[in-house]
Amino acid sequence: MTLLDHLPIAPVVIPAMTAPLAMMLMRRHARAATALSLGGCVAMLVAACTLFAVAQDGAIRSYALGAWPAPFGIVLVLDRLAAMMLVLAALLATVVLGHALVTGADRRGWHFHPLFHFQLMGLNGAFLTGDLFNLFVFFEVLLIASYGLMLHGQGALRMKAGVAYVVVNIVGSALFLIALGLLYGLTATLNMADLAVRIAALGAADQGLLRVAGLLLMTVFALKAAVVPLHLWLPRTYAATMPVVAALFAIMTKVGVYAMIRTVPLIFGAQAGAAAWVPAPYLLPAAILGAVVGFVGVLAARGLREQAAFAVLASTGTLLMAVASWRAATLAAALYYMVQAVLAGAALFLVADVTMRRRGQYADALVPSPRFAGQDAAGLLYLAAAIGAVGLPPLAGFVGKLLILNASFATPGWPAVWTTILVTTLIGVIGFSRSGSTLFWKASAADADPIACPARSRAEFIAPALLLAVLAALTVAAGWVTAQTRATAAQVMAPGPYVAAILGAAR
Amino acid sequence: MSLEFLVASAIAVLVAGGIYLALRGRTFQVVLGLTLLSYAINLFLFAIGRLIVDRPPLYAKDLTAHADPLPQALVLTAIVITFGMTALTVILSLRSFLESGSDQVDGLADPDAEEPA
Repeated sequence: MTLLDHLPIAPVVIPAMTAPLAMMLMRRHARAATALSLGGCVAMLVAACTLFAVAQDGAIRSYALGAWPAPFGIVLVLDRLAAMMLVLAALLATVVLGHALVTGADRRGWHFHPLFHFQLMGLNGAFLTGDLFNLFVFFEVLLIASYGLMLHGQGALRMKAGVAYVVVNIVGSALFLIALGLLYGLTATLNMADLAVRIAALGAADQGLLRVAGLLLMTVFALKAAVVPLHLWLPRTYAATMPVVAALFAIMTKVGVYAMIRTVPLIFGAQAGAAAWVPAPYLLPAAILGAVVGFVGVLAARGLREQAAFAVLASTGTLLMAVASWRAATLAAALYYMVQAVLAGAALFLVADVTMRRRGQYADALVPSPRFAGQDAAGLLYLAAAIGAVGLPPLAGFVGKLLILNASFATPGWPAVWTTILVTTLIGVIGFSRSGSTLFWKASAADADPIACPARSRAEFIAPALLLAVLAALTVAAGWVTAQTRATAAQVMAPGPYVAAILGAAR
Repeated sequence: MSLEFLVASAIAVLVAGGIYLALRGRTFQVVLGLTLLSYAINLFLFAIGRLIVDRPPLYAKDLTAHADPLPQALVLTAIVITFGMTALTVILSLRSFLESGSDQVDGLADPDAEEPA
């Protein structure tokens, strides 16, 4: 095997090496630890981009851990979808880590860097794995790291929100294990490709249990993705944590969506008997509710972070509206929307961070305040991030929504999808413009003195601006990106080659 | 009574108790509930390899039937993860109690608390 054949494990190994090293170095050599952490992120980005280039030929590569053959050992699978998510995660992580370094958010506790990298390890592993139990393990890795990150910086409010977040996720993990147990009891395998084959061969007596298992699994993924009505943990958690951390969490909800996109066409596809397309009847109503709740929340939010959290909810809802019909065309639109929604959500959180650091006691509350340093620049960034999140031209959210509208026109539920997207976009526009004008235009009459805040470097503006630039680039390169997502969606919707690549052509 | 009925009802009782406690308002009861729930899951995972008595768990050439060893590996992983999680929840609840002075899950003031003298 050449080095390139071993590359699929790199996105898991790099953060797994970086995290403990950074932890050991942090006390004595903080500078070295930070450099190592940043270096780890960049290395991961390089590895992800290389894997993305490798996956371009459309072949599905499996990497057998410990060289155990497929249904017995655990495999990592590199296909277009996994490669795309890896690049997205690595890009987001690098920008967010840069912002954390510039703002000094990583120095609010000892373990920011190790936790950050363990979180990335969990994310990358979840994207790559081809085994359901291994997916559970990587979910746990990313959740445990996220508990630590979420509490980073501490404070009573954060602790309270943290308890609720941890409890909800432990219950979710319990449900995940029940679903895995049922699936294993039925098929005696947990390898995704092998599951696809064996579920198709199940007898009539097992169909009821199979359906229960499928629905439980989808419930867990919906909980992770914060699909309404399982969303209540999200706004509270994301609004209480540090905005830098919440910016990284913007991709965490999309891991739930990713898991659905990965498992449903492969395992619960047309061949799965009673469990064929098992979440389909429930997903569209939930997605519509999600978009409505999210954008109404954007309008009703009392703080910038809360608003950004609801924007994340809304984007998940909009995204799932496209996913819910399980067709290649809508899935391609959904993937484009997902990529830009992650970046737009993160940009909103970073702008909230920059703004609240400059507003002193007013923090991120949506009330008029005296002028603060850097108000114009922050206002401009907020405008751009809001445009990205709500989906107006010229940023990629507009293209994404357009693609979803266009693709869903061929599906039976299109009137509901169109109405929801158009109406919720309007609500979102009103919400963002209201809070934006309150924050940046209304000068409070009570005290005209500008807020005195310690000198802040202008470098803080770089990271959010960078994310917004990527959003603009996604619009400019929309042709290339949609060609990518179309190829990805076609690959995801055709489970045959996936199964053949994992289990070998013999099966 | 069959073995299956015994195991299934044990799991059911554990789950019922776990859900009831997890829905309570105080963090201590919630932690207990989560622990009960995880016990139930571990038992359930054991049972997915089918309830078979007196069969060796390892493969040997002259054996025609053996117990499924994989559920035991899964249970081991699940136990380790839940153990860590329970420890984390306990610490977190404790910190939350110490910082906010209330062990209610929603962090509001304790309705049953005795008035300070």
